Amino acid sequence: MDFKNSDTIPGPRTEDRLPHTAEAAVKIVIVGGFGVGKTTMVGSVSEIRPLTTEETMTQAGIGVDDNYGSASKTATTVAMDFGRISITDQLVLYLFGTPGQERFWFLWNGLFEGALGAVVLVDTRRLEVSFDVMGRLEERGVPFVVAVNTFPDAPRYPVAELRTALDLPDEIPILDCDVRRRASSRDVLMTLMRFLHSLAVKGALT
Amino acid sequence: MTPPQRRRRAPGGDRPAEVPAPAPPGKEGEIRNPERLFVIGGEGGGERADIDLVTLIVARADPPVSATPEQAALLRLCAAPLSVAELSAYLSLPFSVVTVLITDLLAAELVQARASIVRQKVADRNLLEAVMHGLQKL
Ligand SMILES: Nc1nc2c(ncn2[C@@H]2O[C@H](COP(=O)(O)OP(=O)(O)OP(=O)(O)O)[C@@H](O)[C@H]2O)c(=O)[nH]1
Ligand SMILES: [Mg+2]
Repeated sequence: MDFKNSDTIPGPRTEDRLPHTAEAAVKIVIVGGFGVGKTTMVGSVSEIRPLTTEETMTQAGIGVDDNYGSASKTATTVAMDFGRISITDQLVLYLFGTPGQERFWFLWNGLFEGALGAVVLVDTRRLEVSFDVMGRLEERGVPFVVAVNTFPDAPRYPVAELRTALDLPDEIPILDCDVRRRASSRDVLMTLMRFLHSLAVKGALT
Repeated sequence: MTPPQRRRRAPGGDRPAEVPAPAPPGKEGEIRNPERLFVIGGEGGGERADIDLVTLIVARADPPVSATPEQAALLRLCAAPLSVAELSAYLSLPFSVVTVLITDLLAAELVQARASIVRQKVADRNLLEAVMHGLQKL
């Protein structure tokens, strides 16, 4: 990017600007294996055109000194797309479509720890690609719901069978969705919020 | 057809960050040796303010003449509140680089940071209800 002409950097469109009253933001992460529909879901519910934040990592060559710019270092760029939903004039919700591989998560300091909760997207043709991500969320104590993105040629399992296969306790919601549809994606987010609310009520009682 | 079987994991079972994760079935960006990954701008010293992807940043002043082009661009973008993630996207700069820029601007009192709300042990029910209400309008 040419910062010498910083006047020309395209910022948010007028309608994408937040009001000056915006004072706090919360986030939800949408995770799942390669190609399960994370980006599509972010795009279908976002009020702004989805944006991308990137992080660049360098991988140090083995046994080579750490001269910056040494040719043996390879750079890898990891991208995460995100969208936004204004909740009130004060509160904003951000949705992050996060790469499934946990080895990238540290790049975005506190991404999972600070999130209200997570949506795990699964594709029943490749259920196992989302196993690892669920385990990681369990280990970190991040509450999540499971949304089955129904591709037309994917096998359909009864929820009870999926629950057994995914080894999920009864209270964790599992629901079907079509991430291309805004109403369907919204329902998934709503299910997550209701689940978080039930946890909060339970937590307050114990 | 029966689906593949997963086994649930216990909370806190996470291993320290230094231990490499088991090699995942290769797909995107083949990276072995994950313990030797570094974030640009994230190495070594240099104070970094506690900035989250959804911390909202608002400019407190016009860019001073002494501002670097990057700082000036950032200040112009956040004339109205904007999250760090959005700043990173519009500036086409990595999150870590934007964090460093903001840390300097905070120190110079040129921007204000509005803290993000992070998950508590027991989530704030009023907050969750507000989010649900907002989603209903969507
Ligand atoms: N038929 C059908 N296709 C879908 C659906 N959701 C996503 N797709 C398509 O599946 C492909 C992958 O969707 P993405 O949203 O890019 O998935 P992703 O999880 O972001 O993928 P990566 O970021 O590459 O891991 C795209 O070509 C979508 O158009 C769905 O519900 N039904
Ligand atoms: Mg994607």
